[in-house]
Amino acid sequence: MNIMVFIKQVPDTETKIKIADDGKSIVEDGINWIVSPYDEFAIEEAVKTKENLGGEVTVVSMGPSRAESALRTALAMGCDKAILLEDAAFEGADAYSTAKALAKVIEKHNPDLIFFGKQGVGNDNTQVGQLVAEMVGIGHIGTCIKLEIDGDTIRGEREIEGGRETIETKLPAIVTAQRGLNEPRYPNLRGIMKAKKKPLEKLTPADLGLNADEVGLAGAKTVYVSLELPPARQAGKKIEVEPEVAAKEIVEFLKNEAKVL
Amino acid sequence: MILVFADQRDGNLKKASKEAISEGKRLGSALSLPLGVVVLGKGAGSVVDEIKKYGADKVFVSETPDAYSPDLYAEGVAKVAKENGAKIVVFPGTSMCVDFAPRVSAKLEAGLVTDITATEVKDGKLIVRKPVYSGKAIATVEFKSDIAMVTLRPNVFELAESEGAGEVVEFSVEGEAKAKAVKVEMKEAGKVELTEATIIVSGGRGVKGPEYFQNELQQLADLLGAAVGASRAAVDAGWIDHSHQVGQTGKVVSPKVYMAFGISGAIQHLAGMGTSQYIIAVNKDPDAPIFNVASLGVVADLFKVVPALIEEIKKAKA
Ligand SMILES: Cc1cc2nc3c(=O)[nH]c(=O)nc-3n(C[C@@H](O)[C@H](O)[C@H](O)COP(=O)(O)OP(=O)(O)OC[C@H]3O[C@@H](n4cnc5c(N)ncnc54)[C@H](O)[C@@H]3O)c2cc1C
Ligand SMILES: Cc1cc2nc3c(=O)[nH]c(=O)nc-3n(C[C@H](O)[C@H](O)[C@H](O)COP(=O)(O)OP(=O)(O)OC[C@H]3O[C@@H](n4cnc5c(N)ncnc54)[C@H](O)[C@@H]3O)c2cc1C
Repeated sequence: MNIMVFIKQVPDTETKIKIADDGKSIVEDGINWIVSPYDEFAIEEAVKTKENLGGEVTVVSMGPSRAESALRTALAMGCDKAILLEDAAFEGADAYSTAKALAKVIEKHNPDLIFFGKQGVGNDNTQVGQLVAEMVGIGHIGTCIKLEIDGDTIRGEREIEGGRETIETKLPAIVTAQRGLNEPRYPNLRGIMKAKKKPLEKLTPADLGLNADEVGLAGAKTVYVSLELPPARQAGKKIEVEPEVAAKEIVEFLKNEAKVL
Repeated sequence: MILVFADQRDGNLKKASKEAISEGKRLGSALSLPLGVVVLGKGAGSVVDEIKKYGADKVFVSETPDAYSPDLYAEGVAKVAKENGAKIVVFPGTSMCVDFAPRVSAKLEAGLVTDITATEVKDGKLIVRKPVYSGKAIATVEFKSDIAMVTLRPNVFELAESEGAGEVVEFSVEGEAKAKAVKVEMKEAGKVELTEATIIVSGGRGVKGPEYFQNELQQLADLLGAAVGASRAAVDAGWIDHSHQVGQTGKVVSPKVYMAFGISGAIQHLAGMGTSQYIIAVNKDPDAPIFNVASLGVVADLFKVVPALIEEIKKAKA
């Protein structure tokens, strides 16, 4: 099976966010970059599927040259080859122009099964996988927590409010990975060594048959006009009293402040 | 037209849908545009009267497709949007809408901003705000496309009943689904849904085992009509199902009151509940970071406070 997995490199969730002088981006110095946590589930499922059914896994990312290290991590986890969409024209993308570029990679390589994370942590758009599915014209299973492959039919479970639903679709299809799908493996030393020698191809918009104005900021449908720190949450009252007194205080609060009792 | 998608399953209109319709009405007034609401699937017809209460001028109703299909639902909404010249398409941030709204965005070549917490109309244009980087920053976002699309963070936008023309337009969504729901299992029917709850009673590692979730915290939640939440530490320990997890890799919630018992307040947890209106924290460590955001912080042993609280609430309700 020809499998493809899309990953994004994001700031570690512990990172202190500093807003840059332009007022709409973040200061990148000192950021520890990681593979977006949901994309780890996507990589694991791709590699597991290859191990069970045979085939090859190609891992793809769009980003600056630093994103190469995210791709190497995926290669160390068992992906076979990598593609990096790297070009100044890709910068400033939104979910839409990101999807536009990624969809072209699928059209060029015709994978049977494609994995995304359910969301890139940080910007949390939760939409690139579904956008690509529509652009390519195939079905998708979103926020998947359990996947079953049965010939060219795939079924995936997803959580809905108060329960679960099973979505069925035919290959080729896109699956977006949710926590619970699997336990991602840690790359071991042998994997890391092997990853260094695995092929990594770089592509520009022209390689994908796209004009510079269809990608990145130029191709975006939404623009961040500013980025601000949230209003600091004021800590309220802090008490250290007997449990019975504390219980009374909480009830008073629910009644008089929150007015929910 | 402002077009709102109303999420309903089997005739149950989600609270988040009513919030979306209310917000659609406010945007309609600000832009002098009529409000259309589109509702699809089995049971759609039975929620029309409820939808009208929130000021819909037109309700587009289709009892098809028979099961949820991301591509057919997208097809249905995109069709109504195109035929009626929708300028803004609003979705509640439910699991269904988060799943298929991007497909509508691709069909309409329209920008979509998800999980927004505020809107503003400036010079006849929609501007929205959305928390990013675990709530450590707020992005203000504008649209470059002719049509603007948003999903709303549940529980943030106020419900408001109002008047509308309430004309009903029936249509149907035909075609073969690329993907569709073949099975739906409701496990917690009747329980308050985490993302829609007014009050959430949440437990962390400090709760020390599954029994306390099932017994004391559940009892407290039932008394308050609340939903039960949990930190990742409690979920990873296997004390409670992942569907209850609040935070970066769990659910994002915005209740009126969030009660945290034995939760330290890690940044990834705050990412999921930082927009709660009031936070009440019970923790035995006076330096726990949760106290930095708590409206009411109680430094105490939760195992002593919870039983006392249950008694006190019973008294208050008697
Ligand atoms: C300086 C700056 C300015 C920005 N300006 C804007 C702006 O104006 N408007 C705007 O909407 N956004 C803006 N963004 C954020 C934008 O670039 C997002 O990265 C993009 O929208 C994708 O977002 P996401 O990760 O939230 O996607 P999601 O939809 O949450 O991602 C889902 C999945 O898609 C895949 N995926 C996502 N991105 C990639 C990628 N690059 N390569 C490979 N796979 C990927 C992954 O599998 C991921 O798990 C800006 C970011 C920065 C740093
Ligand atoms: C990528 C990533 C994603 C993550 N996503 C999430 C997420 O979605 N949600 C999430 O919650 N976490 C998430 N985490 C984990 C997060 O960093 C914390 O580890 C986690 O939130 C800690 O859970 P906790 O507060 O229950 O446990 P702890 O941090 O161990 O805190 C337990 C607290 O209980 C208190 N306590 C103990 N006994 C008592 C008692 N008898 N009475 C009162 N108080 C008591 C202690 O003082 C302590 O403050 C994520 C981490 C990473 C790296």
